[in-house]
Amino acid sequence: MSIRARFHLDRGEFRLDVNLDMPGQGVTALFGPSGSGKTTLLRLIAGLDRAPGHLEVNGEVWQDDAARRFLPTHQRPLGYVFQEANLFPHLTARQNLEYGLKRLPPAQRRVDLERVLNLLGIAPLLERKPDRLSGGERQRVAIGRALLTSPRILLMDEPLSALDLARKQEILPYLERLHGELDIPVLYVSHAPDEVARLADHLVALDGGRAVAQGPLSETLARIDLPIRLGEDAGIVLDARVIERDPEWNLARVEFPGGSVWVRDGGHPLDATVRIRILARDISLALTPHPGSSILNTLPCVVEQIADDTHPALALVRLKAGPSPLVARVTRRSAHALNLQPGLLLYAQIKAVALVG
Amino acid sequence: MTPDDLQAVLLTLKLAAVTTALLLLIATPVAWWLAHTRSIWKGPVGALVNLPLVLPPTVLGFYLLLVMGPEGAVGRMTESLGLGRLPFTFWGLVVGSVLFSLPFAVQPIQNAFEAMGKRPLEAAATLRAGPLDRFFSVALPLAKPGFLTATVLAFSHTVGEFGVVLMLGGNIPGETQVVSVAIYNHVEAMEYGPAHLLAGGMVAFSFLVLLALNLLSRRREA
Repeated sequence: MSIRARFHLDRGEFRLDVNLDMPGQGVTALFGPSGSGKTTLLRLIAGLDRAPGHLEVNGEVWQDDAARRFLPTHQRPLGYVFQEANLFPHLTARQNLEYGLKRLPPAQRRVDLERVLNLLGIAPLLERKPDRLSGGERQRVAIGRALLTSPRILLMDEPLSALDLARKQEILPYLERLHGELDIPVLYVSHAPDEVARLADHLVALDGGRAVAQGPLSETLARIDLPIRLGEDAGIVLDARVIERDPEWNLARVEFPGGSVWVRDGGHPLDATVRIRILARDISLALTPHPGSSILNTLPCVVEQIADDTHPALALVRLKAGPSPLVARVTRRSAHALNLQPGLLLYAQIKAVALVG
Repeated sequence: MTPDDLQAVLLTLKLAAVTTALLLLIATPVAWWLAHTRSIWKGPVGALVNLPLVLPPTVLGFYLLLVMGPEGAVGRMTESLGLGRLPFTFWGLVVGSVLFSLPFAVQPIQNAFEAMGKRPLEAAATLRAGPLDRFFSVALPLAKPGFLTATVLAFSHTVGEFGVVLMLGGNIPGETQVVSVAIYNHVEAMEYGPAHLLAGGMVAFSFLVLLALNLLSRRREA
């Protein structure tokens, strides 16, 4: 099961040249700055735009120039969520939801209306026209509309970027449930590192029309030799399990291969799987464990690799806590003072761990 | 009102109704093509469609008379098909009116198609709707205001037509004598009473049409 996409597009100013092999399950983030070609790539996969190439989705060929095969969009079993909901203004929310459903032969319907209504919390909105819905509600209806076509793949083009922070927070939990409850692979275009950290399992980083990195999320985020411009957002995510809850201090201990950390208790029950994010700027390094500090989490680590950061005063250090990667940002002066080099054993003092899902 | 005048009024309404129906059928694909094409022919075709806006009706009528006459290409075709000659018949007037009012039907529809952009159609395509399905389920309903405007404009413009009718249809009561021509006849004959009746009716009709258009567009904005 995989999505293989090869496209070559040359529009003078803008070039796209990719050859990707993405997993046919989970959420794959197409991540990059604006102009990196991520939306164009998504539109090519949907068949909304056309460029020379080859496209195969879970064993089915959607485009093959050599065989003169190009499946028009309406014959591709996909769901597409646009940046701005793009609901039909002349139809109610219900009619919007049913638009695609009605066009699907009953035998192919694998997602039912009830389930989508519950999943997205849109049952109370059904009789309203799009102009009577808030931005967040519109986007939820749009996601439901796409899901109801029982897509073999769901393409999402920055579905949150047109929304303010509060609306984003409103929708993100629904997207996570989608991920957990429906077995539909998702290609998720985003330029927001926090969305990627929260939702993605797999990462394709695009820059200037090329894929500069691709791989499983935590592995790819931990690569410091790549020009993924994360800046302040450089850091890693790990999937962890809740192993202890401390009601007195409202903390929870989560375990991942190679260690455990205390995080703010997010209300998750014991044994729940959570995702944590640790930013490079929130890790400092010490040669000895430091008792007598406010820092709650200290992990023994081994230095794997040191690389230049975006600013010449800074360096990124890739560490391993057991099999799990961490990335720390330190000044080059500190790196020099600690004599950091691959293989060195030290302690990562973690100032903040964010529970992202 | 004399029986002749009544006949002229009914004939005018019939001509306008038939013309409008045909215009909507013809203008829709033309407007669709003009709104979506990137062809180099877009400019020339657009200009051709809009030509009746600037041409004197007599010019259009004159050329139609030649083309549809016994020596013209269309005239020879209609005769060989057994349809007879079009000039000085009701259907001749229909042809002239359709061409003369084409821009009034095409422009509002084209504007409506252009204003909706391609995004709703793209959304429909990702929801399994084929091209024709997209046109009828999305493009047509979204362009409804444009079609309304086109209908009202085409109808009223045909009602107010004079030059093309005179050149092409002459003045045959019951066949080609429409209201505007009847008014002309009355004035020529110094029959100001009946002229007033018909002319006043036209003023009232035109006023009501424009008022209706105004109300329609205001309701759309609300």
